[in-house]
Amino acid sequence: MTEELVPVFIMGKRYDVPSSLTIMKAMEYAGYQLVRGVGCRGGFCGACATVYRLQGDDTLYFGLACQTVVQPNMYLTQIPFFPAQRAEYDISTLQPRPERLFSLYPELLRCLGCGTCTKACPQELDVKGYMAAAMRGDIARVADLSFDCIMCGLCAARCPVGEAQYNIAILCRRLYGRYLAPRSQHLEDRLAEIRAGQFNQALEELKSLSLDELKARYKARQIEPE
Amino acid sequence: MSYTAEMRESIKKVEATRPRRMEETHRRLTLEEQQDLLRRFHPDYLREGMRELRVGPNAGDRTPNEFADLLEARSRVDPRTFDLSRVDYDTDVLVIGGGGAGASAALLAQEQGVRVLLATKLRFGDANTMMAQGGIQAADRPEDSPAIHYLDVIGGGHFTNIPELVEALVMDAPEVIRWLESLGCMFDKLPDGTMVEAHGGGTSRKRMHSARDYTGAEIMRTLRDEVRSRPDIQVLEFAPAIELVLDDKGQAAGAILMNLETGDRLLVRAKTVVLATGGSGRLHYQGFPTTNHYGATGDGVVIAYRAGARLAFMDTMQYHPTGAAYPEQILGLLVTEKVRGLGAQVVNVDGEQFVYPLETRDVEAAAFIRECKERGKGVITPTGQPGVWLDSPMIEWLKGPGTVEKALPAMVRQFKRFGIDIAKEPMLVYPTLHYQNGGVLLQTDGSTTVPNLFAAGEISGGVHGRNRLMGNSLLEITVFGRRAGRAAALKAKEVKPGRLTLEHVLAWERQLAEAGLNPQIVSPLLLPEYTRHVR
Ligand SMILES: Cc1cc2nc3c(=O)[nH]c(=O)nc-3n(C[C@H](O)[C@H](O)[C@H](O)COP(=O)(O)OP(=O)(O)OC[C@H]3O[C@@H](n4cnc5c(N)ncnc54)[C@H](O)[C@@H]3O)c2cc1C
Ligand code: FES
Repeated sequence: MTEELVPVFIMGKRYDVPSSLTIMKAMEYAGYQLVRGVGCRGGFCGACATVYRLQGDDTLYFGLACQTVVQPNMYLTQIPFFPAQRAEYDISTLQPRPERLFSLYPELLRCLGCGTCTKACPQELDVKGYMAAAMRGDIARVADLSFDCIMCGLCAARCPVGEAQYNIAILCRRLYGRYLAPRSQHLEDRLAEIRAGQFNQALEELKSLSLDELKARYKARQIEPE
Repeated sequence: MSYTAEMRESIKKVEATRPRRMEETHRRLTLEEQQDLLRRFHPDYLREGMRELRVGPNAGDRTPNEFADLLEARSRVDPRTFDLSRVDYDTDVLVIGGGGAGASAALLAQEQGVRVLLATKLRFGDANTMMAQGGIQAADRPEDSPAIHYLDVIGGGHFTNIPELVEALVMDAPEVIRWLESLGCMFDKLPDGTMVEAHGGGTSRKRMHSARDYTGAEIMRTLRDEVRSRPDIQVLEFAPAIELVLDDKGQAAGAILMNLETGDRLLVRAKTVVLATGGSGRLHYQGFPTTNHYGATGDGVVIAYRAGARLAFMDTMQYHPTGAAYPEQILGLLVTEKVRGLGAQVVNVDGEQFVYPLETRDVEAAAFIRECKERGKGVITPTGQPGVWLDSPMIEWLKGPGTVEKALPAMVRQFKRFGIDIAKEPMLVYPTLHYQNGGVLLQTDGSTTVPNLFAAGEISGGVHGRNRLMGNSLLEITVFGRRAGRAAALKAKEVKPGRLTLEHVLAWERQLAEAGLNPQIVSPLLLPEYTRHVR
């Protein structure tokens, strides 16, 4: 089967590639051995942030190279690394309070609310929305809205005032997970039981069973209903 | 993109049989039928797919050809000329691999007050850990217990697991969940704090903790951020290990790294070493596609083996039955088990069922392969890839319109990008290489058979025996990452390092020659070869 080839311009150089390929596979088809700009190849790691433009169209588009199919006359480049600001902190001594957020990321208050970050987000997150929540000091809201962030860095790369949105977001998620999420009593109880050695005997017994006895135990397990 | 005309023809048949199939349940296989199916069609049982190792501590054991070739290859380093007197980095604990196991090890090692260097191949966090969606197991509900968890793990592993390792896994599990939370991981909870927990394949209690559809990513990015918060841990990215360095007492004493961008070599001297380089899906055993990340090439197993480490269960890999078979762009990527869990049947080119949809992963995968290879009832894509239909629109009929969108948002997003609406059209699937069940043999403290060499995570063998259950791998990497990191740090405080040497690489060359082997390839592989060169 011969497939239709379309021209794409990788960092300005023309290559003709099969029209069905993702940007990532097109680069490999063109002869690149990828080292930067590739990780999971499945849309989870954010290594493959890519910026492109289409001929005759003045819009700048953003996407993940592993998830975006090439288009004819696409002009593209990858931004596998962006030198964004990351604050120094020790999560175990922080307090989940707005002032801490502002002192660690003072530039947060410079956010213009222009929404360029939202347009750049390949996960289609409401970045501007969570930045607004961050400015209000609403840590739980930031954690919720930013949850699907894969930290590709495109938001920071596009921000006119140099925010590091994704770093602010992970700080909020960590603060939420550690300090604000409701505690799990059943987990605490289980930990206490384990510390008290409550399961040691059961484990010793299981380890001492013969293969046949073990198989019989396994077969006799009660399965908790769905 | 969407489906081709031929595929549409087959989809019409799937639609035609659907009303009738709604009433039908395919019968489950008997134990004998399962065994027969596995023996004839599971890739692990395919004789041509594996061969015996001829050199090293596991000589005589079988492993996939692709892995055997790398295990028996030459070093990337010339032991005669490499200058071991010029040390680029000096550290107490060297952690190799920046996934969940490596990050956990680095954190626990640092807590013992030693210097830690973490070296990884790509970016820190470009790892299988980042891709796990389903969840992490821990027996922390009153109706559950570590003992019940133990039984599930060991039965799932066909009773071949190493009991002490399983005990460590299940007993540490609740503590690990608490540890992850204390670092800021957001697990799914009810408003009163009760964890939302689900079943997974082979569990007898609901104990799968999740963080929406991004459990692995949530764990990975949290651990990574914590590592970055600790100034005593140095991180080197794009610096894969290409060989271990021992000392003249035969103890692990560092590694040679390669700057992936310049090709330059870097020598790290360490008192102890933790290997956490993950799995090997990118070796594409028997030509299978994979769910794994780009750097999953089994490097750590290769260099550990050359240094004399014993391996275990190297003849068993996990193939996930439902990898995407179409479109090409997402070939091999995971289609979650939840789709079948919600009621989607598996049907062939004629729209007929041929297997109960929720057999164990290995049996289910073998049935798909039989349907395509022996019975010729698969659907063939334009690239020649066979597949069978996963009838996701059934879910809408069974559970009400809108269920697919609500329950499977990540899957919907994945296919929508290519013009396929899985609420209306079925997905084409075929088994995909998912997990390396075996690897470097471990003790409960993460130590290996080489002194001062520790290992943790998917690189290791023994915890899961011949088959891993979903949700026990994220657990393993944190449990044993922590154990290995702590033990490596404690050991680092007391070791008396000897003189650095690459004598084991010379010895390896001699062993190859004695076995009559003259391998032309070098290993570890580092990156799969996907680049097309015209000439
Ligand atoms: C798509 C998918 C879904 C999954 N879902 C689940 C699930 O729901 N639940 C579950 O429990 N498990 C799941 N798993 C399995 C689980 O995610 C992995 O087994 C586990 O995360 C492995 O962790 P690790 O730290 O051992 O390896 P990885 O996370 O793969 O990390 C290994 C690291 O080592 C680096 N490395 C490799 N070679 C070298 C070298 N030579 N030098 C230096 N560094 C190197 C790699 O680049 C990588 O960063 C899933 C796996 C996949 C692929
Ligand atoms: S390579 Fe990981 S998101 Fe594209």
